[in-house]
Amino acid sequence: MAYSDKVIDHYNHPRNVGSLPKNDPSVGTGLVGAPECGDVMKLQMKINPESQVIEEAKFKTFGCGSAIASSSLATEWVKGKTVEEALSIKNTDIVRELSLPPVKIHCSVLAEDAIKAAIGDWKKKQGIESPATERAAIHN
Amino acid sequence: MAIKLPIYMDHHATTPVDPRVVETMLPYFDEKFGNAASRNHAFGWAAEEAVENARGQIALLINATPKEIIFTSGATESNNLAIKGVAWMYREKGNHIITQVTEHKAVLDTCKHLEKEGCEVTYLPVEKDGRISLDDLRRAITPKTILISIMYANNEIGVIQPIEEIGKIAKEKGVFFHSDGVQAIGKIPVDVQRDNIDLLSLTAHKLYGPKGVGALYVRRRNPRVQLAALIDGGGHERGMRSGTLNVPGIVGFGKACELCRLEMPEESERLRGLRDRLKDNLFSELDELYINGSVVHRLPHNLNCSFAFVEGESLLMGINDVAVSSGSACTSATLEPSYVLKALGVGEDLAHTSIRFGLGRFNTAEEVDYVTNRVVETVRRLRDLSPLYEMAKEGVDLSKMNWKVS
Repeated sequence: MAYSDKVIDHYNHPRNVGSLPKNDPSVGTGLVGAPECGDVMKLQMKINPESQVIEEAKFKTFGCGSAIASSSLATEWVKGKTVEEALSIKNTDIVRELSLPPVKIHCSVLAEDAIKAAIGDWKKKQGIESPATERAAIHN
Repeated sequence: MAIKLPIYMDHHATTPVDPRVVETMLPYFDEKFGNAASRNHAFGWAAEEAVENARGQIALLINATPKEIIFTSGATESNNLAIKGVAWMYREKGNHIITQVTEHKAVLDTCKHLEKEGCEVTYLPVEKDGRISLDDLRRAITPKTILISIMYANNEIGVIQPIEEIGKIAKEKGVFFHSDGVQAIGKIPVDVQRDNIDLLSLTAHKLYGPKGVGALYVRRRNPRVQLAALIDGGGHERGMRSGTLNVPGIVGFGKACELCRLEMPEESERLRGLRDRLKDNLFSELDELYINGSVVHRLPHNLNCSFAFVEGESLLMGINDVAVSSGSACTSATLEPSYVLKALGVGEDLAHTSIRFGLGRFNTAEEVDYVTNRVVETVRRLRDLSPLYEMAKEGVDLSKMNWKVS
């Protein structure tokens, strides 16, 4: 199985690896996947409570090259976006950008889940209720 | 000496053909191209003589007689022939087969096929070390049992089954004993007399011979084993396997067996040394490393270990100039992690992080050191990237986490 150049690039040079202080009220943490399934992604975002702009994003991923690339790409994409804009990122956008084969689509789904989970965590900390529709979208 | 990349360390999958084997095979493609079944001219005689010579070389490696060697296309066919052949031939006598859960799919799927035909199959579990329990085996035997099929050594974890003891039990109970010997033959001493094996599957390409040729040892005395054929035709191979013989392949197979017989004592010790060097170096550099299966009852050239918190496929991607394989789901066609590791009770989380190293005849100490360095550096890099490693280091009990599976 050959990997696309973009997957290899993200695998060799993952962007925004690391952790943010998870107890900081302006930091949202999303931890999705399970070790038994071979994929766990942790995505963290520091979000400005006034402007709702994502100022910083960090990730750590246990998973195959495509999972690492999907989460690395997700951090790149959410940085500088507003919460609303970040929530509009779809897993299919990631599939297209990284040319993921069908067996690796779940990696992109996990990355989308991680974005939503991190923003959900931030909203909870900020006392903002997530609309019901958005919560439903997390578990697709 | 400069190292040539990529490095091959996946000798449980296949082996390169030894140059001495290639050389022996070459005349049989053009000069001596005869059909071994042509009884009335020199071309046929030359081919037949070469085949009989090879039969002798193969028999000698496993302490059998030449007439007991039946040529096939490979071990998958040999396993099919042994198991279906017995089940079909001895249908009147019984319909119960005993095997175990970490067998190769060529055995498991053959047994499943026979279950659909009305056979009863017992799949013995394995202990944590990968070996079956002899008490379990004794208990599983019934008056209806016609065959016990237990592999000599496992293809993923290299664990060697208690073959001699199994053979004794089989003989005592009057049940035929088949063993898939592909990983063990040529690597450790296999002796069908000592081990009381009635049927033994072999293949050339796992012991530095060519692909597409294998054999089944079929015992002729004490007891004589009869088989129903899978392939009908010209009645070659005592009627057990019709079809024109692959003469160059068989010649190569014979030569490969001869080389293994002569060089095994030295080669297995050398490979054990290299394997232990690999293991010791990895353990001295990395923490959270787990060996899968028995350390003692193991082929000398196998190392299978789990690099906790690093997913196997991503590790393979990082060491892309080294050919090894992984029990991770992502590297398999089924998207399930290794059923062999699962059978040992290795958790799915660790199964996803397993790597199999299979050393071989042409690997060197320099290559082992190169591979060690590449693995260590990649595991460290990926652990820096792993949220699980971070959590484990913070003291989080990962097994108690409430993981949300999407």
